Amino acid sequence: MSPIYAHTVKSRIADVIIWVLLLAFTLSCLIPLVNLVAISFSDNAAASANMVSIFPVNPTFSSYEKLLSDTQFWRSFMISVERVVLGLLNMVLMILTAYPLSKSSKQFRGQKIYMNLVIFAMLFSGGLIPTFMVVKELHLLDSIWALILPGAVPIGNVILLMNAFRAVPKSLEEAAKIDGASQWRILARIYLPVVKPTLATVALFTIVGHWNDYFGALVYISKTMNYPLQTYIQQLSVEVQNITDPEKLMELAKISNKTLNAAKIVVSTLPLLLIYPFMQKYFVSGIVVGSVKE
Amino acid sequence: MKSKKDQTAFHLMLAPSMIFLIIFSFIPMFGIVMAFQNYIPAKGIMGSSWVGLDNFKFMLQIPDSKQIFANTIIIAVWKIIVGTIVSIVFALLLNEIRVRFAKRFMQTVVYLPNFLSWAILATVVMNIFSFEGPVNAVLSWFGIDPILFMASNTWFRSMLVFTDVWKGFGYGSIIYLASLTAIDPGLYEAASIDGANRFKKLWYVTLPGLMPTILLVTTLNLPNVLNAGFDQIFNLYNPLVYQTADIIDTYVYRVGLVERQYSLGTAVGLLRSVVGIILILSANKLAQKLTDYRIF
Repeated sequence: MSPIYAHTVKSRIADVIIWVLLLAFTLSCLIPLVNLVAISFSDNAAASANMVSIFPVNPTFSSYEKLLSDTQFWRSFMISVERVVLGLLNMVLMILTAYPLSKSSKQFRGQKIYMNLVIFAMLFSGGLIPTFMVVKELHLLDSIWALILPGAVPIGNVILLMNAFRAVPKSLEEAAKIDGASQWRILARIYLPVVKPTLATVALFTIVGHWNDYFGALVYISKTMNYPLQTYIQQLSVEVQNITDPEKLMELAKISNKTLNAAKIVVSTLPLLLIYPFMQKYFVSGIVVGSVKE
Repeated sequence: MKSKKDQTAFHLMLAPSMIFLIIFSFIPMFGIVMAFQNYIPAKGIMGSSWVGLDNFKFMLQIPDSKQIFANTIIIAVWKIIVGTIVSIVFALLLNEIRVRFAKRFMQTVVYLPNFLSWAILATVVMNIFSFEGPVNAVLSWFGIDPILFMASNTWFRSMLVFTDVWKGFGYGSIIYLASLTAIDPGLYEAASIDGANRFKKLWYVTLPGLMPTILLVTTLNLPNVLNAGFDQIFNLYNPLVYQTADIIDTYVYRVGLVERQYSLGTAVGLLRSVVGIILILSANKLAQKLTDYRIF
């Protein structure tokens, strides 16, 4: 696996260049985020004057204290949590869709028809406006279900699961069948434990997808009170989008409450950072299996 | 193999998701007829008048349309090209080091931005590229006058490509790192015996070994030439840079949902999705031909 290099001077120089470049890549991803954390712990004057780099200037908890009493922020936070939980429950539906689709058309006669329907739904969509009208007709506007139900069958995830089910050796299923187990039982007892890594990958995608989505609420939720966290955060920078005068754009950067906004962003990112280390090994293997399947 | 009980179980498992697909995917497809109507919400689809291809003709007549299509493709293609190259370079560099702890750490860090939303990163980006922000500070060391990136039609697109690549290159490198580990170590040993140096090994062993993956990923990226990144642009742009950064998706959103010109919005969306499907199907065919891979 490891190519053995002669330790020539040239090779040493190459090593130094490689390390420098890699460090540059890594720091480019790290510093902006560290800077954000530093701003959130700095005092407002220093932050507005762009004096904060990677360490807080005049360290203070004042933005976090302010944030604690911001009821709208926490309301939005809880809406996002609720949404993620509903999204995870939604995985039952993904599993139940992927499992029969993973069977050969020999074993499951309708497989081809269902598969074509699913692919058709993946390729073609009515688009934003007709979907909006359906959601409206169903009186789902302004409810959390508008953020869950239209995307209840995420086809990319279903295909990922389907491929995982397909990779499970048939012999396992056949042994269980001889014992007279039903398909429900086979799915729950044999298949699900084997595809755990893929389940973890899909869970990660689901959590990240729901937690990060700001757009659904922008379309389907009209009361800002009911916005999930990302939509709430998105609205913080929304004034910028309507500016038609360069001078104003510069002014806005100065007056905005930088430290409090930074604190809001840090807290809204924290839940993802907490699950991220546990999920990393799964999403790497999950993606690789999903994309370079034999 | 087949038993009646199993068949029933399979149908039952699929039933709920089929109901969801019918309601939220198939029924909205009928809404496409709005593209051929002068749709008026009060009258509904049944009551609105038919206008044939007028919406499409109108779309091609408005001066903005050419600009919007061009913006979409230019931004998307640059993102694909630069993104692919940077991901490959990063994977190759990382493949050269042997300190496992450092490798792990770097991977963990560079994958991270991919999991943050543009709603959040927009604030970070605006901060970094602001008039008095770090990027302009660095430029001033070289005696360059500060640039108002967020309002500059010269710089806004480059800024979009740069930040998009920044967000995604780490995640994009995963697939290349995986296929690097699959290269036969015997090839490296043979090359060493033949006296190949480090660079020659990269050129004659590593890159050829990576080629199938590069080819596959590029093919699968084909449909993305229409996908210039709605979330990113929507969160960063403003009317000052519509000229260079307004793309099909942002246009559909503004015209369709904000200005409520349902018919025009649907027509533009329909055109985009038809071209998109052609691209996806071609990519799938091509990928199958080149590497035996099938998306579906």
